[in-house]
Amino acid sequence: MRFAVTKVCASGAKARAGLLQIGSSGVETPALLLSTRKGLPAFMSPDLLSSLPLPDSLLLNVCPTHFIEVPPSKTISNIGGLHRMLGLPDHILVAAAGESTECLPSSDATNKFGASFETPAGRKLVKPSDYMELISCLQPNLWASLADEVPAWVNEKRNKTSVERTLRWLDACIALDAASGRNSLGVVVGGSSIEQRKLCATEVSKRNVSGFWIGGFGLGESVEERCSLLNAVTDCLPLEKPRIVSRLGLPEEVLEGVASGIDLFDSTYIYQLTMGGFALIFPIDMVEREMQNGVFDSSAGDSAKINLRATTYRKDMSRIVDGCTCFTCQNHTRAYLNHLINVHEMLAQILLEIHNTHHYLRFFRSIREAIKAGEFDIFWKQFVENRRSQIAAAAIRE
Amino acid sequence: MALRFEVLGRFNRARAARLTLPHFTCQTPLFMPVGTQGTIKGLTTDQLETIGCQIILGNTYHLELRPGSQLIDDLGGLHKFMNWKRALLTDSGGFQMVSLLHLADITEEGVTFQSPVDGKPMLLTPEESINIQNNIGADIIMALDDVVKTTITGPRIEEAMYRTLRWIDRCIAAHKKPDVQNLFGIVQGGLDPVLRDICVRGLVERNLPGYAIGGLAGGEDKDSFWRVVAQCTAGLPEDKPRYVMGVGYPLDIVVCSALGADMYDCVYPTRTARFGSALVPEGVLKLKQNAMATDERPIDPSCPCMVCKNYTRAYLHCLVTKDPMGSQLLSYHNLSFMARLSRDLHMSILEGRFPEYVVSFDINLPDYSVKLCAVK
Repeated sequence: MRFAVTKVCASGAKARAGLLQIGSSGVETPALLLSTRKGLPAFMSPDLLSSLPLPDSLLLNVCPTHFIEVPPSKTISNIGGLHRMLGLPDHILVAAAGESTECLPSSDATNKFGASFETPAGRKLVKPSDYMELISCLQPNLWASLADEVPAWVNEKRNKTSVERTLRWLDACIALDAASGRNSLGVVVGGSSIEQRKLCATEVSKRNVSGFWIGGFGLGESVEERCSLLNAVTDCLPLEKPRIVSRLGLPEEVLEGVASGIDLFDSTYIYQLTMGGFALIFPIDMVEREMQNGVFDSSAGDSAKINLRATTYRKDMSRIVDGCTCFTCQNHTRAYLNHLINVHEMLAQILLEIHNTHHYLRFFRSIREAIKAGEFDIFWKQFVENRRSQIAAAAIRE
Repeated sequence: MALRFEVLGRFNRARAARLTLPHFTCQTPLFMPVGTQGTIKGLTTDQLETIGCQIILGNTYHLELRPGSQLIDDLGGLHKFMNWKRALLTDSGGFQMVSLLHLADITEEGVTFQSPVDGKPMLLTPEESINIQNNIGADIIMALDDVVKTTITGPRIEEAMYRTLRWIDRCIAAHKKPDVQNLFGIVQGGLDPVLRDICVRGLVERNLPGYAIGGLAGGEDKDSFWRVVAQCTAGLPEDKPRYVMGVGYPLDIVVCSALGADMYDCVYPTRTARFGSALVPEGVLKLKQNAMATDERPIDPSCPCMVCKNYTRAYLHCLVTKDPMGSQLLSYHNLSFMARLSRDLHMSILEGRFPEYVVSFDINLPDYSVKLCAVK
């Protein structure tokens, strides 16, 4: 794995563009990790996945704990690891132990032996040795170490313990790794304490890791404190290694993360939108934003997304987004999606996941363009202002 | 009439034909997957084309309920609504009512039923069924018939058969688009050969574009089943398509094709996929079984579909019945299997090797089907 920062924003800003190279695939950052369930997207089979923009859609987040029961490790190894098992030989698979839909960290049950997760098969305690056994047979391109992620409201003692455990387990994972941490991402925790966050980040930086996985966000901290916590972390991390943050997925959160020096984002935002029947429509770049001004009808959703369940779309023969080149917009109408959602057909989620992923990958692309053009600050400011004015205009219209 | 049916090859009673419909030119024998609510569950229209589906079904009852046939018509018809470029077939709505609803009662007027929305009594007449189907716009539409289960005995069967004949005239009169939609009649009569014969003659007199054999696939024993199919195909015209409704299992499709039928529909391949079962030449593979967790083979090594080329039974075992992706991948495979079955039937008849194909199809063929395939 090779990572290089290719452009840094001027005047002390921390946003950066980079290039992540794994094997023969190179992906520009900031980028999005697509969330998966047992390795594949929730609704997009590989033939549908391949219709998404490349190389952006090569990056997938995989949760090893999804495989804790089946198949057995030996079978996974015999098949040839994750890439073979999933039928995705060219993809970049990044593994991390917990995620937000089917493998939630259960900090109450976590103890000194291992991290606990709530899974559909019940509560599972995962020890570093269990975790590394999975990693060694799955063989992802990159893997985050096992961590003790805690929500923002735990007491100081518990928070301190989580940092100590996370560091201990990082060392244990690296020791158990045949490649001694060459493809590892050290997890940084520390909850809502700036001090603990800095401590953890500094300590993790000393280990032989290829990058950093910033965890423990999206678990109850306030929006205000998140910004300072995130910056406290990235200030302590070396510049030349990639930083991934998990559970920050909303457009504004992504922009904040980019501004703090984050390179990759792992979130289930698209999945949640899809499950709710929402389709992203927010304008991607400054030109689109101009075009959309004043033309938006907020009766079903807001300026970022529409809820296709609403009756207003029953006969709407237009595309989700005019001019969108995704499979869904090239082939189907809002009316059809409205029908599918209302009769609870699986095709609704398939088509929505395709569009939402496509749209969000384009958003990331425009962030990268802005950084490369030295205009990230303007981009960020205009994006937020546009959203505010849309919401204000909608409120006035109500 | 809005179709052309040309027999290209035969073996005894089996035929390989070209069926030209307004939206697509098909090869028969063929299997039609069921897309109840304007979609095949878990598959895109693109994937269906890749798999090789030629005609898919829409259910009139469900589509009239949601989103409504008037809406579909306003938006340009079901083809446009779901963006399916090939052929569509809609059923009459009658069967769903009888099987799904409380207090479905059949009178000379039509089928009275309790609205699933508010419980009010409603009526589906032959005229209304055809009107709804005209709105939906499928290439083939089905007459409203009085369908009874084959397990029922007594005068009800005779009543239903004669009523079906009276209703076909009402359907024909109500049909507004005979130049672009083909109205098929449905042969009823239970398991009684005399009644079936009367019904066949009656429908043939009306000179319809195609004929279906209805009232089967509902629990009767296999011997009765194939006898009725054999009798009907013997009496129906050679130069028109024959559709056995609700069939079904691959073996039954092979047998019915040997007896001279051309078209089939069933929810089985897609439904069984959602329960974790894959169709294979040897029968059915239950992927949920524990043994599958360590099985590194594909579902079917001889299958060229995307699923068999990429996935092992072990991985699919994790997915099935737990994740939507499991349903999708298995449905994809099962429909590929059925499309291959259709193609193989067509080609083997065309190329004069039908008996060899039947024998290779299933080494455990029950006695009757071997005999049937030799029936002249």
